[in-house]
Amino acid sequence: MNRMDLVGRKLDLRQGLVDLSHGAGGRAMARLIGDIFVAAFDNDMLRAGNDQSAFEVAGGRMVMTTDAYVVSPLFFPGGDIGLLAVNGTINDIAMAGAAPLYMSASFVIEEGFPLADLQRIAQSMGAASRAAGVPIITGDTKVVERGKADGVFISTACVGSAPAGLELSGDKARPGDAILLSGSIGDHGVAVMSRRQDLGFDTDVLSDTTALHGLVAAMMAVGGASIRAMRDPTRGGLAATLNEIAHQSGVGARIDEAALPIKPQVAAACELLGLDPLNVANEGKLVAIVERGAAEAILAAMRAHPLGVEAALIGEIVADDCRFVQMTTAFGGARIVDWLSGEQLPRIC
Amino acid sequence: MCLAIPARVVELLPDNMARVSLDGVLKTTSLAFVEGVGVGDYIVLHVGYALAKIDEEEAQRTLALLQEAASLGVLA
Amino acid sequence: MKHLDEYRDGHLAKGLAARIAQEARTGRSYSFMEFCGGHTHAISRYGVEDILPENIRLIHGPGCPVCVLPMGRIDEAIELAKNPVVTLCVYGDLMRVPGSNGASLTRAKAGGADIRMVYSTLEAIEIAERAPSREIVFFAIGFETTTPPTVAAIRLAQKKGLKNFSVFCNHVLTPAAMRQILETSDPQALPLEGFIGPAHVSTVIGTAPYEAFAQEFRKPVVIAGFEPLDVMQAILMLVRQVNDGRAEVENEYIRAVTLEGNRIAQQEIAEVFELRESFEWRGLGEIPKSALRLREAYGDYDAERRFPMEKRFARDNPACECGPILQGLKQPRDCKLFGTACTPETPMGACMVSSEGSCAAYWAYGRFRAPERRAAG
Repeated sequence: MNRMDLVGRKLDLRQGLVDLSHGAGGRAMARLIGDIFVAAFDNDMLRAGNDQSAFEVAGGRMVMTTDAYVVSPLFFPGGDIGLLAVNGTINDIAMAGAAPLYMSASFVIEEGFPLADLQRIAQSMGAASRAAGVPIITGDTKVVERGKADGVFISTACVGSAPAGLELSGDKARPGDAILLSGSIGDHGVAVMSRRQDLGFDTDVLSDTTALHGLVAAMMAVGGASIRAMRDPTRGGLAATLNEIAHQSGVGARIDEAALPIKPQVAAACELLGLDPLNVANEGKLVAIVERGAAEAILAAMRAHPLGVEAALIGEIVADDCRFVQMTTAFGGARIVDWLSGEQLPRIC
Repeated sequence: MCLAIPARVVELLPDNMARVSLDGVLKTTSLAFVEGVGVGDYIVLHVGYALAKIDEEEAQRTLALLQEAASLGVLA
Repeated sequence: MKHLDEYRDGHLAKGLAARIAQEARTGRSYSFMEFCGGHTHAISRYGVEDILPENIRLIHGPGCPVCVLPMGRIDEAIELAKNPVVTLCVYGDLMRVPGSNGASLTRAKAGGADIRMVYSTLEAIEIAERAPSREIVFFAIGFETTTPPTVAAIRLAQKKGLKNFSVFCNHVLTPAAMRQILETSDPQALPLEGFIGPAHVSTVIGTAPYEAFAQEFRKPVVIAGFEPLDVMQAILMLVRQVNDGRAEVENEYIRAVTLEGNRIAQQEIAEVFELRESFEWRGLGEIPKSALRLREAYGDYDAERRFPMEKRFARDNPACECGPILQGLKQPRDCKLFGTACTPETPMGACMVSSEGSCAAYWAYGRFRAPERRAAG
């Protein structure tokens, strides 16, 4: 039985607002945690009602990650901050080739935040967590004064177990390696931007937020030993990820613009705003650096998986002391793909 | 210098405005500086304003010229 | 995307490049200036220079309104924004432009100034309507393409009877700048044989204003569309003119540019604006009759009249070569600061901060093309 059932006053989930008592450690907070978080995340460990949860591990190497989510707006086409929090955290574990096991979630909520929205976010997280098979087993709740948090901030951690002998790392890329991309770029960034009033454009593009550990498992099964590194290109886009890896490994990269999957509406939105899709955020894609010989097999495994249907071989790692990431344009010329400088700003010129 | 994009008019709106589409991405734009624009026409869009109507015939002529110049270049 | 993708076709590009190589006489070099920053950006983004023959040189001109805005005007805008009743509305391009002493609009915003980025002047009007107790100032920049949207906002403010909207006007004129380059350039230092004329400026002003350069200075001008194939076709047309000894105004962007240009826009601009006697251009110095200000009748909408400010004169870092680069006399790699003190993260001059400035374009797209590497292909 849920011990939180009989404590405190029933929440007005339709019209109620979060107030400072919900973070004060008393009955109101217990009610909030019970009715919203425990109900949505729905697992026995959380229902036990402790400040921590214990679990067995099989032994071997563990992997741990932590993340914070501050996206604005909180709700956008294809998802919300909660979905990003669960999927994004799982993805960090998955990029190490590890299996995600358990997650934690902490909430810093702004006074005045609608309970209905909080419930919506929690339910989103619960659904994502169940779909991924990664329960949220512990958490924390704080409420801060109006103006001190943008609605809600979510901080997470996740632990996973890595297969023995496997060490994927961004510094392992070598000249000759193939660069694989799991699908279309720029979806998430464009979806979020379309909600900004001041940019004023309408589009059907949905955020691509998803948990990638299933796709990763399929790739590992076929060629785990041949994968040097994996990374999911989030803020800063594909350009940032390729540059990070190039710098970590002390190599260059060459990619082919014509090979990059991109949805027509994403390309169009970027044209309108004067943005480069290579710099736009993704939340459900991965880049894999793999040994050239294994590239075809791994690519086939990706394409056979629902999250990798548009996977493509987009280029190769090359020797380059300058660590440039170069791109052959669809036009036949060449250019550098650089890190984004400062904040991404639409341009008029 | 001025990022201007060709977009198709999909709907005329009151107050000399229009909804335009670039491959399915919709934007509202002002038609204050162009005349005789109807649904289906293409305009050049710059910071929320249509600055010119694209002449389809001239566009075809340009493409034909490009193709001609390019093909002669390849043959010789 | 119709009217875009067709002009980016790589297959046609190869053919055009071969054609240009055929027609450009061996042993002779051709130097053309693309005036417009948007063309600079397109040339870099698509790597057009990679497929042109070696004897064609493209000189990047000063058609980047952010690049030619003197630092002092940024300082003045920051001053305006620090006024507690002012909400300053700006285009994204301006946020990171360096003012004096490392200041910028982004930094001023972090320091509490009410600065909002807008995509269109229509939004600035909406902000003014929603906040009648605030003074909304729109930071207007741009060549003739961007001037009509500013005019439209002023007219809309007038129509709606808004009392809290004004414009900090920095609109500048293309023909005046082209004339300045032609009048002051030394053929030894800058062998300039023709212009790739701006695409969207020309939709507004038409092709007629360029006749003077063709006739007086004997320089061919070919108006080119914005896409890489447009630019290459224009280069082919320029090569032909030079070979034939012609100096004419030709229009490659016939699908959007006419001889007279946009009459409505021209009339509206003339109604609201008048010429300043002189205006300082970063890198080019004072140029007479090269910029606009609001007419007396529209004085209520002129931020410089509404908020009298001390005029700011800021000097560029002495090692910054933005000036000669804007005139086409030097290349980004000739500047000591390039890549060292001056990077996109830490821009010293506007040529680096604006995405269509020569230095930003070179940094983003051309750094790997050191001369030796280019020869190797």
